Amino acid sequence: MIRLFANASYDFIKWRRWAFSLTGAIMLIGVGFLATRGINYSIEFTGGTLMQVETHKKVETGVIRAALDNVGLNGAEIQTFGSDTSYVIRARLAHSAGTTDETSSQAVATAVGRALDQSVGAGQYTVSRTEAVGPKVGRELQGKALLAILLSFVVTLVYLAFRFEWRFGLAAVVATAHDVVATVAFISVMHLEVSLIVVGAVLTVVGYSLNDTIIIFDRVRENLRKYRRQNLYEILNLSINETLPRSVLTHGTTIATTIALLILAGEVIRPFAWVMTFGIFTGTFSSIYIAAPVLLWIEKRWPGEDARGARVFGSRSPAAPFAPATPTSSPSPRAPQPAR
Amino acid sequence: MGKIRQRLYVIGALIVLSIVSLVPRNAKQRVIDAGTGRMKDTTVRRLPINLGLDLQGGIHLALEVDQSKGPIPDCADAIQRAERVVRTRIDEFGTTEPVVQIQGRCRLIVELAGERDPGRAKGVIQRTAFLEFRITDMKNEFKDALPQMDAALRKAGIKSRAAAPSAVAQLFGGDTSKAGRDSAADANAPGVLSSLLFQGQLPGEFLVPEEQWPLVDSLVQRPDVRSAMPRGIELRWGAQSESRGARAYRALYAVESRPIITGEELVKAVARRDPVTNGSIVAFQLSRRGARIFSQETARHIGHYMAIILDGRVQGQPPVIRSQIGANGQIELGTKPLQEASDLALVLRAGALPAPLTIVEERTIGPSLGADSIRDGVRAGVVGVVLVIVIMVGYYRMSGALAVAALTLYCLFTMAGLAAFGFTLTLPGLAGFVLSIGIAVDANVLIFERIREELVHGKSLRLAVDDGFLHAMNAIVDSNVSTALTALILYAVGTGPVQGFAITLIIGIAASMISAIFVVKTLFLIWLYRRPDMVTLSI
Repeated sequence: MIRLFANASYDFIKWRRWAFSLTGAIMLIGVGFLATRGINYSIEFTGGTLMQVETHKKVETGVIRAALDNVGLNGAEIQTFGSDTSYVIRARLAHSAGTTDETSSQAVATAVGRALDQSVGAGQYTVSRTEAVGPKVGRELQGKALLAILLSFVVTLVYLAFRFEWRFGLAAVVATAHDVVATVAFISVMHLEVSLIVVGAVLTVVGYSLNDTIIIFDRVRENLRKYRRQNLYEILNLSINETLPRSVLTHGTTIATTIALLILAGEVIRPFAWVMTFGIFTGTFSSIYIAAPVLLWIEKRWPGEDARGARVFGSRSPAAPFAPATPTSSPSPRAPQPAR
Repeated sequence: MGKIRQRLYVIGALIVLSIVSLVPRNAKQRVIDAGTGRMKDTTVRRLPINLGLDLQGGIHLALEVDQSKGPIPDCADAIQRAERVVRTRIDEFGTTEPVVQIQGRCRLIVELAGERDPGRAKGVIQRTAFLEFRITDMKNEFKDALPQMDAALRKAGIKSRAAAPSAVAQLFGGDTSKAGRDSAADANAPGVLSSLLFQGQLPGEFLVPEEQWPLVDSLVQRPDVRSAMPRGIELRWGAQSESRGARAYRALYAVESRPIITGEELVKAVARRDPVTNGSIVAFQLSRRGARIFSQETARHIGHYMAIILDGRVQGQPPVIRSQIGANGQIELGTKPLQEASDLALVLRAGALPAPLTIVEERTIGPSLGADSIRDGVRAGVVGVVLVIVIMVGYYRMSGALAVAALTLYCLFTMAGLAAFGFTLTLPGLAGFVLSIGIAVDANVLIFERIREELVHGKSLRLAVDDGFLHAMNAIVDSNVSTALTALILYAVGTGPVQGFAITLIIGIAASMISAIFVVKTLFLIWLYRRPDMVTLSI
């Protein structure tokens, strides 16, 4: 039997200040990138035109660029996409001069076609993908993405308030919020294009990270019942150590699949795979170093009713550990208040 | 042992169900016929999993009413008219099952999987609708010309391929058999064309078995047949197939080539119930100029049938003209449901008030890109699975092998789930599937770690396995519910590809619950039953 981290007893919580500084520094860099470079939204959100073109032989991007300028698409970006003969041309509506009515994204597609006929030659290329999104649809999608992220937070909060006590819920939400900020910082630093799929990846990271936090908190809850003498600091360390083999294994298999996606699944999926790969790391980190210390901090600030500064659900039998929160012990509507 | 057998029955039933839902089946596919350049249906056998446009290649369009040349007051009605028009043109698209649906209030979504020519498709959709009223072939000129057409076809060496219909022809009244006898004078075989046409209920109406109509259409398009066509008569197909008895038929109408009036003269059309007879009617109003023309024409054609033709397709059965009609007329549909009257009124309005459409969103994926995506996605999936297998078997040995066995069932269940519920597999969905393989073993990891802990605490093998499964359940349920909740939100808020991702994730979670808990537990039970003397668990 191979055992990784069997009977581990690392003092994880001791390093919390270092961890806070580390993640704070990373986020600061991220925020710096966000402030200076912003987020590279896909044309789904900004409105505009994207065309993926496969040429029969290699063409210098400069040649295509000149032709694009020639037909008046000065703001268009051009980059190779995976291989030498594959190009992606993006013209965002905000960058294209003047007209931003619903038809202009269609007009741009025609103009790009003209430019390619000039530079590459008609019949020397095939358009393998076209996306033309009007400004109205772009605005709608922006709203939808925001709504999805907000909704996921609300649902998470409600679910955690229902399944755990509000202290646990709040700590988990803080950890999850950390993951979202860290992931957005990562997206900005990597200059990944934010499409709906990437928003989907961020939400999946939220679910995954929450999943990880829940596994640890589940163990914390159990250990609080089991070891009546230890204080919360010890219980947290014990629980993290006990779940460490599981964390290593599960993150190992998940990382294996996201890296397979990253390397093999092609250019379209790559931003998604990057976000997921990063998300697994930050999700693991935040479960240990954000969720647990925040729980400790919350307990210090608003001590629970028992002496160890932690409240566990009533004295039900361990066989049915999932008692719903009683009204007195779950003021979940108030939960967001201490976060300020 | 009885408990194990019960569990095996359940697993066996699930596997059988999954395989049944994944058996390749025949699907119609519309392709361009190389010879004639027209669309024809072919049948292919394929896995019953719907591929999204991003994997199959195709075109997705979102359209709205063009308001750039002045606002349109009721965009919902305009988009309904547009939808009706696009539906009548469905046969012109290069796909079997185009999606045409209204999204929200004022947006039309058209999805054409496998369409290779976006320019042509956009042209078909954005073309202005054209409505006309034409009198049917009251003098049976077309039917009288049928023998000549048959002769022309015989000269061109085209033999009758339809042997059976002559018997069916008897069922539908004797007229066709008369046409058949005429041609039988020239040769023993019945005429190629006339044997495919059955006289309908009114003059100029013919019925063609649904499966034969592409053939008949190609025959009547031939130049030698067209030259035998009587002057001033044209053929128009009905818009929908209709069933008579057990078979589906498509109506073919011989109509005058001169329309008595066009949609330009129509002012409005509404469906309502006749207060006296309680029948469904469509009341319409014509412009002043239109009323003048129409009253002259209807006076000449009392007792004749008038075909309502939108974009070259006859809509519904042509009504009879009872009396002279001026500015206000009505089409009586008798006992037919009001829904049908509303539909006809919509057709009339669609022809009268063209709704110019503007494309607000377009996504076109070339078929080769879709095929590349599938290949890359499958390759990533295979590599991911191999890595997961190596990790699981390397770490948990025999128990890991059991988990891997369950993982193959997980893949089977997920695919079957997609097929059985008719969900669409998209590129993000494929990525979600690969990702979920990594996550699917999490439940097993939790269980195995738990069993190890129970063993360390000195429990017996059997008890450790039972307690391991039991105690890991809380964490498994909680963590999966949280992932499923985020996936549900993605499904509710997302569109197309993202919904595909959410769906695969949700089905994946359900499948992993079954495979990781139920199947692995069963495998453990069998293992322990077979080796009662086992002292150490390979975990």
